[in-house]
Amino acid sequence: MTAPVRVRRQPGDAPRAGGVPGGGALLAALATVRDPELDEPITTLGFVSSATVSPDGKAQVHLRLPTYFCAPNFAFLMVADAYDAVAALPGVRRAEVVLDEHFASAAINGGVAAHAGFARSFDGEAVGELHDLRADFLRKAVMAGTDQVCRPLLASGTAAAALPELTLGDVPPSPALTRLRERRAELGLPAGASAPLLIDPATGAPVAPDAAGLHLGRARLTRTSLEANGSICRGMLRHRYDSSGEGQHHQGEEAP
Amino acid sequence: MYEKDGEKYFVVDSHMHYWDASPENWVPGAEQYAKGWIECFHAYQSLGPPATHWSLEHFQKYSEDDLMKDVFEDGHVDVAIFQPTDLKEWYTEGFNTTARNAEMGKKHPGKFIYNTNFDPRDGDLGLEELKRNVGEYGCKGVKLYTAEWNNGSRGYKLSDPGAYRFLEAAQELGIKNIHVHKGPTIWPLDKDAFDVSDVDHAATDFPDLNFIVEHVGLPRIEDFCFMATQEPNVYAGLSVVIGGLMFARPKFFAKVMGELLFWVGEDKMTFGSDYGIWEPKWQIEGFVDWDYPSDEFSDFPRVNTATKKKILGLNAAKLYGIEVPAECQLPAEAGTPGAPDDAQLVAGA
Repeated sequence: MTAPVRVRRQPGDAPRAGGVPGGGALLAALATVRDPELDEPITTLGFVSSATVSPDGKAQVHLRLPTYFCAPNFAFLMVADAYDAVAALPGVRRAEVVLDEHFASAAINGGVAAHAGFARSFDGEAVGELHDLRADFLRKAVMAGTDQVCRPLLASGTAAAALPELTLGDVPPSPALTRLRERRAELGLPAGASAPLLIDPATGAPVAPDAAGLHLGRARLTRTSLEANGSICRGMLRHRYDSSGEGQHHQGEEAP
Repeated sequence: MYEKDGEKYFVVDSHMHYWDASPENWVPGAEQYAKGWIECFHAYQSLGPPATHWSLEHFQKYSEDDLMKDVFEDGHVDVAIFQPTDLKEWYTEGFNTTARNAEMGKKHPGKFIYNTNFDPRDGDLGLEELKRNVGEYGCKGVKLYTAEWNNGSRGYKLSDPGAYRFLEAAQELGIKNIHVHKGPTIWPLDKDAFDVSDVDHAATDFPDLNFIVEHVGLPRIEDFCFMATQEPNVYAGLSVVIGGLMFARPKFFAKVMGELLFWVGEDKMTFGSDYGIWEPKWQIEGFVDWDYPSDEFSDFPRVNTATKKKILGLNAAKLYGIEVPAECQLPAEAGTPGAPDDAQLVAGA
């Protein structure tokens, strides 16, 4: 047996000999997993402490969170999503995702490994699954994304009341726009080029011109809330672990 | 009192603690929770200036002398309000109980206000205890954790009939201020613990009570702001906002303050240091010196000396009926509230 391959030392997405994915592919798969509350990949947040794949196709991922008491519902979603993303990689024969140093580690790790779902993993402590919670925070991501896309338009002189006239296709392409469309599509909301730029994230209904100012105010507020929360999580993580996570980047962070 | 550039600031620390989380107080069998809890708090402290960080050992249990020095002698605070957190399932004598707070506070007359707590699911026994606490300690406020588990119940809503019974009783007993913890939480696992709509209902139905939402509903500032903007008796408790962001993330701090000033307004925001998580000294001195860092924030309400005096003490003094020395009061015309009409919602709107 050879030692597992460390992700960082094995970049490149191409499958290696025998069809086993490279470390780069593993990390790319994990980068599709987001913290549902913060709407950021678990990789860039620094939550992936290690990700390895053995020559015979066993993938093992260790995750870490900013505190021992981070909300277990969000933690469960991240572990389960990471498991699904890694297990779906061609060439992975077995996947193991382990959340370390969390008060609910045992229940979460065991539940995800057994495909038990959230309610069964926390027998007696939870009755519902987490779809509504996820959708609720996805709607927040849509609002925050609306601010990201609209702010440059407002800065270049477009009036708020004129934005309801625009469609997604009218807006110049940008990573923020792509992301907004992806989030809307995930919720089943209109996301095509002809769909209105401003919609109510709960109903999908277009926003009326006289409601545009308030809608944009809410969008800005939601983005501020998400970003401030994310910044606290990053600060706590740094206090808890003095090492960088796999694929972590510190972009957008301010120096104190 | 804090004095800077000839201005005198009366300071009410409306959210602080005197806890014992030392290993001697850990419940056997629950040590990992007791340890995890205090380490989590300690991580929050790391968001303050390095010179104010404590060792974990000191953080677990600070003394009465430490508190008096940090909060009053060095910390500029005039009156401090204890907010209890029992957590008796993890800490044998409780983490930070009404009784422990009062026992210490009574040695320093005039310095402290003792808030208590209740849980509507405790029924008649809970009501009796609330009466006892108010009678014994003269409580004018309570701190509530709606997400807490109790005998198989996974949290409650302030709008539940059982909660209304307690709110009515509290009001009759002379309680004025309901501090609600809507913020970082653990339980209930599957419910939406951050939802603030129950505060909205209770605030409408109890117009003579004030509802101070601590930690401004983090991670859901937006839901909180939207509710607070419609309810005249809902306030923003700034604990965690100043301590957790002002030093570590100045740009996000400016954005959050801007949003709060815009939606909630300077008349409804109260300072709380969250001591022993953070010492009040640097928070108060930093906030008095604070302004928006750049033109990027020009569409938010402005901040002036009157704004800061209100937030640091005058607003809370009003809520708790604390007498403010004449030299610290605002002249009648000073300071215009940060009402939504005063600011443009979005540049170019």
